[in-house]
Amino acid sequence: MLPSRAMTGKAVGRSVPRREADAKLRGQARYVGDVTMPGMLHGATVRSQVARGRLRAIHFGPEVRWDEYVVVTAADIIAAGGVNTVALIVDHDQPALVGIGDIIAHREEPVVLLAHPDPHALEPARRAIRLEVEPLPAVLTLDDALAARTVVYGEDNVIKSYGIDKGDVDAAFAAAEVVSEGVYETGAQEQLYIENNGMIGALEGDVVTVWGSMQCPYYVQKGLMKCFGVGPERARVVQLETGGGFGGKEEYPSILGIHVALLARKAGRPVRILYDRGEDMAATTKRHPSRTRVRSAARRDGTLTALDIDFVLDGGAYATLSQVVLSRGTIHAAGPYSVANVRVRGRAMATSTPPHGAFRGFGAPQSIFALERHLDEVAHKLGLTPEALRRKNFVTKGGELATGQLVRDDIDLGALLGSALALADWERKRTDIAAERARSGAPLRRRGLGLATFLHGTGFTGSGEKYLASVVGVEGMADGRVRVLASSTEIGQGTQTVFAQIAADALGVDMADVEVATPDTRDVPNSGPTVASRTCTIVGKLVETAAHTLRARLVAAGLLPADGGGDLRAAVQRHLATLGPLRALAQYEAPPYVKWDEGAFRGDAYGAYSWGVYVAEVEVDMLTYEARVLDFVAAQEVGRVIHPVLATGQIEGGVAQGIGWALYENVVWRDGVMSNNRMTDYIMPTSEDIPPIRVLFAEAPYPYGPFGAKGIGELPMDGPAPAILNAIEDALGVSIRRIPATPEVIMDAVEGAGASNGDGAGAGAGVAGAGVAGAA
Amino acid sequence: MRSRVEDFELVRPRDLGDALARLAAEPSLRPLAGGTDVMVLLAAGKLPWKRLIDIWGLVELRGIEVQPATVTLGALTTFSEVQEHALLQGELPLLGRAGAETGGPAIQNRGTIGGNIANASPAADTPPALLAYDAEVELASAAGRRWVRYRSFHTGYKTTVMQPGELITRVRLARGAGRVHFYRKVGPRRAQAISKVCFAGVATLAAGRVSDVGIALGGVAPVVLPCAQTEAALRGLSLAELAGALAGATATLSAEIAPIDDIRSTARYRRRVAENLLGAFVAEISARG
Repeated sequence: MLPSRAMTGKAVGRSVPRREADAKLRGQARYVGDVTMPGMLHGATVRSQVARGRLRAIHFGPEVRWDEYVVVTAADIIAAGGVNTVALIVDHDQPALVGIGDIIAHREEPVVLLAHPDPHALEPARRAIRLEVEPLPAVLTLDDALAARTVVYGEDNVIKSYGIDKGDVDAAFAAAEVVSEGVYETGAQEQLYIENNGMIGALEGDVVTVWGSMQCPYYVQKGLMKCFGVGPERARVVQLETGGGFGGKEEYPSILGIHVALLARKAGRPVRILYDRGEDMAATTKRHPSRTRVRSAARRDGTLTALDIDFVLDGGAYATLSQVVLSRGTIHAAGPYSVANVRVRGRAMATSTPPHGAFRGFGAPQSIFALERHLDEVAHKLGLTPEALRRKNFVTKGGELATGQLVRDDIDLGALLGSALALADWERKRTDIAAERARSGAPLRRRGLGLATFLHGTGFTGSGEKYLASVVGVEGMADGRVRVLASSTEIGQGTQTVFAQIAADALGVDMADVEVATPDTRDVPNSGPTVASRTCTIVGKLVETAAHTLRARLVAAGLLPADGGGDLRAAVQRHLATLGPLRALAQYEAPPYVKWDEGAFRGDAYGAYSWGVYVAEVEVDMLTYEARVLDFVAAQEVGRVIHPVLATGQIEGGVAQGIGWALYENVVWRDGVMSNNRMTDYIMPTSEDIPPIRVLFAEAPYPYGPFGAKGIGELPMDGPAPAILNAIEDALGVSIRRIPATPEVIMDAVEGAGASNGDGAGAGAGVAGAGVAGAA
Repeated sequence: MRSRVEDFELVRPRDLGDALARLAAEPSLRPLAGGTDVMVLLAAGKLPWKRLIDIWGLVELRGIEVQPATVTLGALTTFSEVQEHALLQGELPLLGRAGAETGGPAIQNRGTIGGNIANASPAADTPPALLAYDAEVELASAAGRRWVRYRSFHTGYKTTVMQPGELITRVRLARGAGRVHFYRKVGPRRAQAISKVCFAGVATLAAGRVSDVGIALGGVAPVVLPCAQTEAALRGLSLAELAGALAGATATLSAEIAPIDDIRSTARYRRRVAENLLGAFVAEISARG
C-alpha cells in the first residue's frame, strides 16, 4: 500500500451535492417497503415469548385456515438438507428458527414463519399459534450472569474475555499517592434508524436471492450459504435504499435474510417481511449495557501512574458480535493517555435477553464513559481542574498507548483541547457560573461545564482488516465513464458521494464520469462490512488505489499521457474496443508498521486513531431535575476531511445520539425483553432537546487513508455522555455514575438516595457522593 | 399496522340528532372525534371497539362561544383552536398552554377537548387546566341533555359518569380577569411527549388575599386530580401568609395525590415534582401580589 499524497483535487475537500439526495428529496428512492414483486407474499414471525425454556410443541389453532398460509419451521431447514444456524463470526451460534426440543434462549427468538397474500391475515394467524414450552431458569441481570448460579452460556456465562497488561500495576498502586475508585454503568440503546428492518426473498432459478435494508451484504450472503448449504454463486444479496443503520443493520439482516429466503423457497414465490417499530425495537439488537470498575493511582500533581479497569458487557443470549465489541471497548478503556501501568480485564457476559449488537462506537463509548467520568472525580479529589488533569496525562506523538502502540498520528491533544475550550468560551462561562453560585442560595436552575477527551481507532480492530482482506474494483464502462465496485453500503452517511469524490480525483476526471455501483454480491467484490468507521478510510483507500491502477493501465497501453491529463472517456472506450474489458482491483494491505499480537493483546490495535475533545454546557432544572444541554462544542482530528458538510453531519448526528444515550434513552427491561418498545415511551431527543452543536476539525493527513482521511462515523458517539455527566457533576456537586441520567436518576442523586429508575438494573452503583472512595 | 381495517365499521351520522339516535339504539358504538387516541390503538392491534361512530363532521359540536360570564367550547374544539382564540389567551390561558404541549401540530389540529376528556387518560394535558378552571361538561343523549361539574366526571381509572348513549357535546368555563395562571407539563423531553406530571393552577387575588384558587394535576393518580384539600389550605390566605403556609399545603398535596411507578417514571419522582411545582405556583402568586 502506497501512502496517499495529501493533495487537493477538484472534488475531495469540497461539499459536493450528495449523490442519493435528489431521489430521496423527490420521494423517488425505493426502500424495501416500496418494492413489490409479482405474486409476492407477506411474511411474519412468531416468537418465543418466554425468556428461557425448551420448546416442546407448536399448536396451530383451529380458528385459522392454515392451508391459505405458507408455514416454515426449523424442520423445513433440516428437511431441505440445510443447517439451522445464523452464521456470523462463528458458524454455530443462534439458530435460524428454534426447533422442537431446542432451547429458547430469549423472549424474541423466531420459532415459526408465516406468509400469506394478504398482509392483514398475518396477525390473526400469529395469535392463533400457541407454543408449548417447558420453562427454564433465566438470567435477567448482569449480576445474575456474573454470579453464574444459573448458567445459560458455556460453563460460566462468559462469552469472551480479554486482558491488557502493561507495566506493573500492583507495584504502582502500592506506591500511589492517591487512589480512586468508582463503578460506572451505561444502559442499552436502540439504534432507531428511521426505516425498520425489512427484506424480500425469492428464488431466481436455483439462486437464493434477498433484497433489503442492510449494512453488510456479504454477511447476509454468508448466512444464506451456511443455512441453505449452497456456494456463493447460488446466494445473491442486493442492498436496497436503506433508511439508516447505526450498527442495527449489521448482524440482524442475516437472520431476516434467511427467514425471507426460507419462506420464498417453500412458497415458490417472493416473500417480504417488514418489521413494524414494536417488533424491531423488541427483537433486534441494541447497544450492549455495561458496567466498568475503574481504579486509578495518581501522584498529587495529577500524573496518573496506574489504571486498573474491569470492563463488563451484557451480551445477551448469543455470542453474535460481542467478542469484537468487547475487544474495541477493552482497547479504548485506557483512553488517549500515557499511563505507565495499565491492567484492563474485559468480559462479555451472556444473559437471557435478545443479543446486544453493533451500535455506533461498538464498545468504545461504554469504556470511555467510565474513564472520563472517573477522571473528573480524580481531578476534584486532587484539587485540579478537569482540563489540567488531562493535560498532565495526554499521550503525545511517539508516546505509548495501553497496548504498547506508539502513536504515529500527528496529534497535539493539548492544542485540540485549547481550541475546544476557546470555542466553548470555557473560561468566561466558568467565571459567570462561579458568580451565579456566589449570588443566590438555592437557584431554580444550576449550570455546569464538562468535557471529555478521547480517541477512536480507525477500521477493524487488531488483525481484523488483514483477515477481511477487502477488495474494491474500478471498471471502465461502454460510455467511457468508470464505475466503482464495492460492497460498502450507502446508509445515509454518504458512501456513494465520498467514493465518487475519491475516484474522480484519483483519476483526474469530473465526478460525473464516475458511477458507484449499488451493492449486489453478484456484481461487486467483497469490500467488507459497512461498519467500524472504515468505509471512507479503509475502503476509500482501496477505491483510490484501484483508480490509480486503472489509470496506470491506460497509460501503459499508450491511451493516456503519463504526466496526467488526457481524455479518460476516450481512453476507456478505446481500451474496451481494442483491448477488451478494463477492470482494476485493489486489495487491502496493512500499513507496513502495523504489528498486532492477538494472544497478548499487544501492538498496533489500529492503523490510526481519530481524536476528540468535546465540551458540554448543561443546566439542571431544580424543580423537575431535568438536565438540558445548552451548548456543545465538538473538536476533533480526523485526518483529511473529504466532504465538510457530510463530515459535520456525522459529528452533529453522533452528538445528538450521544445526548440521547446520556440523558433520555432508557430501555426498560421486563422479563428479559424491552417493555417500552414504542417511540412514545422510549424517549429519543427531538430538535427541541438538542443544543447548537459547534463542530471543529483539525486535519492531520493520515498517509494510509485516501487523500489523508481517517475514520469519523463512530467518534462523535464517544464524547457526549461523559462530557454531559461531567457537566452535571459540575452543576450539582454530585457525581452521577450511570446513564441515562434521567430526571429520576438526577433527583435521587440530589437527594442522596441511591440509584433508582424503575428498572431495577444495577441498583446501588449509580450514584456517588461528593467524594470518591479510597484516598491513600 | 397490526389491525385489519376491514374488521372495523365506521358509522357516519347526518347530524347530532342522528348521532344520538344511533347511540341510543347501539350504546356500544364508540365515538371517533379527532382519532388521535383511537388510531394509536388501531395501529397496535389493540382497538377493542369494532364499531365506531364518526362525529368529526358534526358542526353542532364545533365553535367557541363567548357569553358575558362564560365561554362555551364545542366538544370538537381542537388544541390548535384553543391556542389561537384571543379571549381564551387572555382569560383562560391554561387551555392554550396545555394545547400547545399536547403532541405536535398534526395532533393539535385533530385532537379535541371533548376527546381528551372522554379518553379519560390520567396523564392527559388539557383536563388539569379544565379542572383548575372548574369547568362544566354537557352530556347529551337521545333522552336529553345535562350539565355535570367536570370535577365529578372521572370516577376511577378510565371510568366516568357518562351513561350509555351519552355524548360529550360542550364544555363551559366561567370567565375571569386578572387571575394568576400557572401551568407546567413535565414530560420526558421538551416536546412530543406524554406527561409524567402535569400541574395546572389558577388563583384569584382580592384585597391582598387569595380569594379563590384552583389546583389540578395529571399523572399522579388514577384520574386527573382536582386537589380540593390543597386548595383549601391556600384559599383565603393573605399574600404575606402564603410563604409560611407552603410547607403545610405541600404536605396536604402529598397526601392528596397517589402516584405510582410505571414505565414512564417513579412514584417518588412524581410526588417530589408535584410538591416542587406547588412551591413554584405559590411563588408566582406571591410575586404577583
